[in-house]
Amino acid sequence: MPEGKVVFSRPEALEYVSTHYCPGCTHGIVHRLIAEVIDELGVREKTIGIAPVGCAVLAYHYFNLDMAEAAHGRAPAVATGIKRVRPETVVFTYQGDGDLAAIGTAEIVHAANRAENITTVFINNAVFGMTGGQMAPTTLPGQVTTSTPTGRDVKLAGYPLKVAELIAETTGAAYVVRRTVTQPKYVRNCRKAIKTAFLTQLAGLGFSIVEILSTCPTNWGMDPMEALKWLEDDMISYYPLGDYKVIDEVKALK
Amino acid sequence: MARVLMKGNEAIAEAAIRAGCDAYFGYPITPQTELLEYMSKRMPELGRVFVQGESEVACINMVLGAAAAGKRAMTSSSSPGISLKQEGISYLAGTQLPAVIVNIMRGGPGLGNVQPSQSDYFQATKGGGHGDYFPIVLAPSTVQEAIDLTILAFELADKYSNPAMILGDGSIGQIMEPVELPEVETKPPPKPWALTGCKDREKNVIRSLYLLAGPLEERNLILQKKYREIEANEQRHVGFMLEGAEIIIVAYGTTGRVAQTGITKARAKGIPVGLFRPITLYPYPKDALSSLIDQTKAFLVMEMSAGQMMEDVELVVQGRVPVEFEGWMGGRVPTPAEVLDKIEEVAEKHGQ
Repeated sequence: MPEGKVVFSRPEALEYVSTHYCPGCTHGIVHRLIAEVIDELGVREKTIGIAPVGCAVLAYHYFNLDMAEAAHGRAPAVATGIKRVRPETVVFTYQGDGDLAAIGTAEIVHAANRAENITTVFINNAVFGMTGGQMAPTTLPGQVTTSTPTGRDVKLAGYPLKVAELIAETTGAAYVVRRTVTQPKYVRNCRKAIKTAFLTQLAGLGFSIVEILSTCPTNWGMDPMEALKWLEDDMISYYPLGDYKVIDEVKALK
Repeated sequence: MARVLMKGNEAIAEAAIRAGCDAYFGYPITPQTELLEYMSKRMPELGRVFVQGESEVACINMVLGAAAAGKRAMTSSSSPGISLKQEGISYLAGTQLPAVIVNIMRGGPGLGNVQPSQSDYFQATKGGGHGDYFPIVLAPSTVQEAIDLTILAFELADKYSNPAMILGDGSIGQIMEPVELPEVETKPPPKPWALTGCKDREKNVIRSLYLLAGPLEERNLILQKKYREIEANEQRHVGFMLEGAEIIIVAYGTTGRVAQTGITKARAKGIPVGLFRPITLYPYPKDALSSLIDQTKAFLVMEMSAGQMMEDVELVVQGRVPVEFEGWMGGRVPTPAEVLDKIEEVAEKHGQ
């Protein structure tokens, strides 16, 4: 009998449970990519994840590794506390745009600027998801949300915050990129970026962040396919994919 | 043991170091800043963690992270900064994490001033943040007590897996006194719940989210059971000239200390007055205070506030004898003469 070889399986770093994410939401894909990278790097048993407040608040149910839940926006501060007292661990935060780009702006900017040796996975879906689709700092001009019923008027509500560009300006950041997961090619690129971000931390090179443009069909009022298309047509032009800061030491990691 | 002259803020910092504080996270604010400065020098020398955070909010959440990772962690601030930390203190209580918070109180509300005050009593002892919880609150009245209580705070925080607060005032933080710094044998309990990486065990999760009413009530019942245990075991106070005292002053911290001088003067005039000085403000030393009601004609509560601890005294006394009050606000510290005047007034009113 020919010997079987496993070529594909559920990552060990992911729990064998159903998630609460809506159909067409890309949180699930990103969870899986993180778990795959953690498995590939063999660091599950020394990794500590920080869940945000928002749709991913239950991430501690989904990742099969030590997890803490942080107050809204404070994940980078909690991660700082953990990493400073346990530098041998791998610490990552998983945050949405309400969490990271609104209430937690100070924490993320300063964690990056202190060159905290942690990794952040940042989900940008242009709305507050968990609370039902209100305007986030990342909401596009003119975008209708439950708190911008006539569309975001930038004169009243300001402009969408470009997080990758902002963090790239901090001296302490080592690796800052923006990706998405709307197509297989983008998924592969995103996985590579997450891996590079974790490698940056493992090499002790400082702060790494992967911003991931994500869909929220439920709160955008679209079906999953429309949502993917809207992201590609409308979001990427405001939030271009790309590498915003990759220091030489990270480039040399390959 | 050699005596050294130390400022209160620095003494608390050194005591925390001796108590095995692994990580300190702070932000400058008068009148506690020397604590931060002392830590910035000593912690790195000892190979321990010091971070000056970007805000009080960040600092308390860094404390939460270090505590979640199983280490002894501390932050310090003064009143306006402690208001900002309330979010994190609620999360520490909800996740049952041990940590030490120092509040060197200044005058309020708002930006107030940088003079000594005791007007954060309600905030400290009644929870302070959202939800049903209590931090353990310890109130020093001398620099030596600040040292001893800081060490105790780390022990109690670990014993009950609960935040513990040193509630001092600007005077305790700024005053210099000769003190003895004890050698401390620290033995933090095992923390099998700590986040260390899940090698050779199931994963650990630190959280305070329980989406369904049943589980969250269950969680709250666990917390309440712990608080009853703390209330049963940890009430502490100091008495001064209580024997034969018919008027008993209830005062803590710097006010308690000033009252002591006033009481000595009053006793010299033949007025039978004594001092009940709470050391633990939560748990409030109800049992000992209650046992004094029978011998007392009146209690006289003195605070550098509009009368906050007074409510706890009234809860204990329940109208059985009069509870009088004298308070100082805005950063004003009482003088022994003012205390004496009030003692004489109360003594006359209540039949001595």
